[in-house]
Amino acid sequence: MTTPRALANRWKRFADWDERPLRLDKFAVEDARNGFAAFSSPNDPKPSIVIADGRVAKLDGVAAADFDMIDAFIARYHIDPALAPEAMAIPSSDYARMLVDMTVPRTTLTRLAHGLTPAKLAEVVTELSALEIAFAYSKMRARRTPGNQAHVTNAKDDPLQLAADAATAVAFGFDEIETTMRVSRNAWANALACCVGSSVGRMGTLFQCSSEEAEELRIGMAGFTSYAETVSVYGTEKTFIDGDDTPWSKAFLASAYASRGIKMRCTSGAGSELLMGFHEAKSLLYLEARCLCLQRGMGVQGTQNGGIDGAPLTCTLPGGMRELMAENLIAVWLDLECASGNDARATESEIRVGAKILPYLIAGSDLICSGFGSILKYDNSFNASLLNAEEMEDYLVLQRDFEADGGLTPVSETKVLELRKRAVEALGAVFDELGLMTPTEAMKDSVVAASGSDETESFTPRDAALISQAIQDKNITIVDVVKALATRGFQQEAENLLALVKLRVSGDYLQTSAVVRNDRVLSAVNDPNDYAGPGTGYRVGPERREQISNIRDVLDQHEVLRSERVHEAAEAARIRYRPLGEAKVAADPTDVVIGISPAFGIKLFRTLAGHALSDVLRALVGGIEGAGSAKARIIRMHHTADTSFLGLSAARLAGSGIGIGIQAKGTAIIHHKDRLPHNNLELFSNAPITRLEHYRRLGENAAAYARGELPEPVVVPYRGQANSRHHAQVALIYAIETGLTSEGAPPETVAIEFRETAS
Amino acid sequence: MSKDTLGIADYPLAEKRPELIEGHHGKRLADLTMDAVLTGSVSMEDLRITAKALRQQAEIARAAGRPTLADNFERSAELVAVPQEVIMRIYELLRPGRARNPEQLMAAAGELRNGHGALRMAAFVEEASAVYAKRGLFTRRY
Repeated sequence: MTTPRALANRWKRFADWDERPLRLDKFAVEDARNGFAAFSSPNDPKPSIVIADGRVAKLDGVAAADFDMIDAFIARYHIDPALAPEAMAIPSSDYARMLVDMTVPRTTLTRLAHGLTPAKLAEVVTELSALEIAFAYSKMRARRTPGNQAHVTNAKDDPLQLAADAATAVAFGFDEIETTMRVSRNAWANALACCVGSSVGRMGTLFQCSSEEAEELRIGMAGFTSYAETVSVYGTEKTFIDGDDTPWSKAFLASAYASRGIKMRCTSGAGSELLMGFHEAKSLLYLEARCLCLQRGMGVQGTQNGGIDGAPLTCTLPGGMRELMAENLIAVWLDLECASGNDARATESEIRVGAKILPYLIAGSDLICSGFGSILKYDNSFNASLLNAEEMEDYLVLQRDFEADGGLTPVSETKVLELRKRAVEALGAVFDELGLMTPTEAMKDSVVAASGSDETESFTPRDAALISQAIQDKNITIVDVVKALATRGFQQEAENLLALVKLRVSGDYLQTSAVVRNDRVLSAVNDPNDYAGPGTGYRVGPERREQISNIRDVLDQHEVLRSERVHEAAEAARIRYRPLGEAKVAADPTDVVIGISPAFGIKLFRTLAGHALSDVLRALVGGIEGAGSAKARIIRMHHTADTSFLGLSAARLAGSGIGIGIQAKGTAIIHHKDRLPHNNLELFSNAPITRLEHYRRLGENAAAYARGELPEPVVVPYRGQANSRHHAQVALIYAIETGLTSEGAPPETVAIEFRETAS
Repeated sequence: MSKDTLGIADYPLAEKRPELIEGHHGKRLADLTMDAVLTGSVSMEDLRITAKALRQQAEIARAAGRPTLADNFERSAELVAVPQEVIMRIYELLRPGRARNPEQLMAAAGELRNGHGALRMAAFVEEASAVYAKRGLFTRRY
């Protein structure tokens, strides 16, 4: 009787893959009839235009009599009837080429866009690959200098933490910060707190408080905020109506914001119509093209697009991420400032996060994220962003890797702490001066040090509600805050706020893509993107490169030597190396040579795994001599620091013909005198994971080879650690070794004396 | 366009043409100092944008090739003097289903035109009224 073999019904790799964060993401089948199509749907209209009597008579196949209110608005306010016939006559494939042709000026394309319909714009960008879209985006974006925006919120609506986190975001270089609330009535407290926090450190960070439309405008009028971006538009009429607005009401609101001197952009993005149930079976890109034409027609200076709330849904589709890039490209082609999404956390996969952000980082964008979660994920009242406080340093390093300006600048620990202290002191003083509520020292201290609101003992949401109400009851404005700051000794912060609010009077920051850099308004008017090929457009200059490169904990040779000197004294207490003159070839067949590198125990004292070199030598010698069949002789090589040559040179000096070569960093080898340099017997190439027991067994094996046996090779278990952990250190250490080599210098016998027991 | 029309070389106005900037009470940018704030001679009203500044920005936007942005600045210039409650009331009326008939929007347009001299805004609201009638937006939503 035979037992049946139990055949596996699954390759276990799939079980491994099941555990990856990626598998938390869900994906959707393309299904245009149900609105699940990124770039094109059978229901998308073909591009067309008919102009009659100076007006649009037909738009993308729809006659004027049948226009819905979106068509009507686009026909009336976006399309330039005088230009449209000429612009629409140019084939889409020609436009696609013009977009990636560095010799076609941006302004030629932005002018022609005044005559292009939504279907035409969508058709053109559909022809571009992801790489071409990124390149075209880099050429077409409005302002030359890239920037970034931060979310500043917390789970308690704690004003002190908002102030500290706003100051922190400003220090990292964000051009704009955006807040919102867990409890909507806390809006005024959030606004005042962020406003004060953003005045710490430097002047000019624009600030918005995302709240109910009428309230947001009132907060703006009180001077606390300087921009708004939550004016949403949609690509189908029914969605627009469910969003409780029309193109006319939103355009009216846009004019209202400008009349109050507040910078404003609209929000739209792929997937919102699909989420809201009225997609008309049209593609995400076509619907977004309608949104964007509408926005240009309204006369807003910019847009926040690229999926936004719909980004996670869009990323479930084939081509979803490419679509998000394509709609950003349409935005900048329409000459709108683009806060290019990259905000909603569209995936649980860190690889997809990195891939999503990279094209924007290297292409640049007016505001790369709208916004970047400058606070921890759980503190983000907008929900987690694509990138968050947790990943901030990853982003800083990406900037450095690609020498790309992502709008941020590394800040030192001491500087951040100083600014956070200053911010909570400033807000505490303002609250006290204005009779709002007075924080205790303990509250302030807890906020300064806290990474997130889980760690604070500060104002509660209820406190924030009371403060918020009091700000309204007392009719407090930015003028009162400026006075309070100045009165309480926060002169610089008072000046910073006054300077920002003064910018309102001239309205300069209402122009397209305006931010404030170095006390000056910088926009697409005075800093236009003039890319025309290599060497033109925005370049990371030497000063900016220095800022971007200056991340923390960077190694140099000085640092390596300093760290080694710390161990020098301890090693001196454990081992003594005594040179005995030039080493000769031995005749004794039990002689096994350990060839040590030039800096071994002289300038370098520990392996990359952190073992004292005295312990490593003790293990090797113990292994060689343990069975009593061999004797270890230690010889320092001066002509080479290379492991293979250390080993081979040792083997050629050994009476047994077997030698061990070892570098100070711990890389070790067993060699035989008759083998080619790189054809060794055994090699420990991965010093950071090599333990003392491995060195001991390496010694034992060397003795076995000397006896003419074939032992089981020692395998150091490797678990996939990245070389990035050590390679900078390796190169620096190795340079110290090679610096001590001298061509043709003879090997030197070394007597070692262990002075105490193993460490 | 007259030859006095502002262009991109005049931008930023606060930097290049500060002599053109004047607040609601005739204050110059140079008058808006910390001392003036502390002595109470600068109010929120002095820190508001003016219709003139918006029209100047419209000229710059047009020169920069952004006619629709310029149009918006010109519409918004008409709203500078319109009180906040009027703006919010008319905005609310423009939302779907708030106005029950075209006459309500036409009345709002009349208020903007006759009460505030906001001619472009008035025409804009009248146009909305016509579109809403055609698209059936005068129906109750809640």
